[in-house]
Amino acid sequence: MTDAGYDEWLDAVDDGEGYYLRCPEGHGSLPPRRVCPHCGSTDLGRESLPTTGTVETYTVCYVGGPDFEDEEPYATAIADFGDVRLTGVVRGVDPEDVAVGTVVEPTVGTNRTTGDDLLVLRAR
Amino acid sequence: MTGVRVAGVGLTQFGRQPERTGRDLFAEAALAAREESGVPSDDIEELNYGNFMGSLAERQGHQAPLMAEMVGLDCPATRYEEACASAGVAVREAVRSVRSGENDVVLAGGCERMTNLSTADVTEGLATAADELYEIRAGITFPGAYALMARAYFEQYGGDREDLAHVAVKNHDNALPNEYAQFHRAITVDEVLDAPMVSDPVGLLDACPVTDGASALVLVSDEYAADHDLDAPVSITGTGQGGDNLALQDREDLAVTPATERAATEAYADAGRDPDDVDVVEVHDCFTIAEVLALEGLGFYEAGEGIGAARRGETTATGERPVNLSGGLKAKGHPVGATGGSQVVEMTRLLRGDHPNSDHVEDATVGLTHNAGGTVASAVVHVLEVDR
Repeated sequence: MTDAGYDEWLDAVDDGEGYYLRCPEGHGSLPPRRVCPHCGSTDLGRESLPTTGTVETYTVCYVGGPDFEDEEPYATAIADFGDVRLTGVVRGVDPEDVAVGTVVEPTVGTNRTTGDDLLVLRAR
Repeated sequence: MTGVRVAGVGLTQFGRQPERTGRDLFAEAALAAREESGVPSDDIEELNYGNFMGSLAERQGHQAPLMAEMVGLDCPATRYEEACASAGVAVREAVRSVRSGENDVVLAGGCERMTNLSTADVTEGLATAADELYEIRAGITFPGAYALMARAYFEQYGGDREDLAHVAVKNHDNALPNEYAQFHRAITVDEVLDAPMVSDPVGLLDACPVTDGASALVLVSDEYAADHDLDAPVSITGTGQGGDNLALQDREDLAVTPATERAATEAYADAGRDPDDVDVVEVHDCFTIAEVLALEGLGFYEAGEGIGAARRGETTATGERPVNLSGGLKAKGHPVGATGGSQVVEMTRLLRGDHPNSDHVEDATVGLTHNAGGTVASAVVHVLEVDR
């Protein structure tokens, strides 16, 4: 399946050229968008995604769905990148060593079950 | 604007019934509600039916007219899908329909068949209530999503898994006498803490079960109830609905649920009530942290204060404001598309005095139900009041 907007964004992250969308009010969001999800502005420009973020909250998932059965246990986190947050699987550290405040960089990895690309928050 | 009365209610047993079809489950609940109401079939003008994952679980879309057929109705029938808030929305739209004067009698409720699927397939099905691009592809399950919220809450306000365990213990205790509940087994705080971890910090006993079941209500206008001399002492006096960003990452604060606040604000204003007027509450406790977030969003506690409510005994059956006397989703069960309707059914029985836990709230006049969809990207609140 291809998903216009999302696939291009993931490719950009993979190329080290990650970006997010920013409205004049300063709200950040990820594509695909036609309006800012916070204020409804249609004036969305691209901004470079910071190269590092910090884990704001996380979980270690011991029971995933069928698409993640070869990943268990895996850590999934929401990380703060300034104007925008990213949700991704944390790699580069033992899942049980992930903590609030862990510094991560956005990368693209492969889902071991499906072979699909997925957003990886790689611990620094 | 006419008032809206609950003329009859019906539930199936909640629990594992993988051999029963959704149509069979809903027909049982709906026919029970109709029989209790004394309303003839021909007077039912509309069916509002909640269902979330029937297309996945039963390969059956377009369920509403099928359900009408199963109940012997020849009227417009519409399915409402709002994840776990599906039946809450179905009831709300029924209230709005009666209030508008368009209909005098509406059948509302919902159904979900879940245990015929494997745990993995149910997990995947439920996950579709999250953002497919930015959450499901990142391995988010529903226990996982609520685990993210629980950890954010702990970080922001404090509290721990033991506080949450008291929520589970309380709700299992409440389910013991409820004949419709999935679990009739008391549990201890230590059992909750020692249960296998699903998605840290959400353990197996912090989570509601996978459940089959159906709920139904016959709602009528004040005028219809009076003209037909119906015994319908409970009214729905307030309704509200709120929304929020679908993905957690897009929300300003991960430890609060503004959709609940928005729904509650609207429902309180609609009923002319405030949180202090509410005697008894049914909230959406799909995970123990969800009950805490709900109690704060509904205005019963300040942010950060709700986590100790069960531990302090304030929300237990003998506390000052009992919460989830039905057993809640945690112990009564959570057939997703039926849950919002079942909460209104349980509250009606509690206020009428014919619920096995009614003795705990025998003087109660005002009840509130809260039904949430996904990670509370949607919420529906109803205020119910009884003639005393």
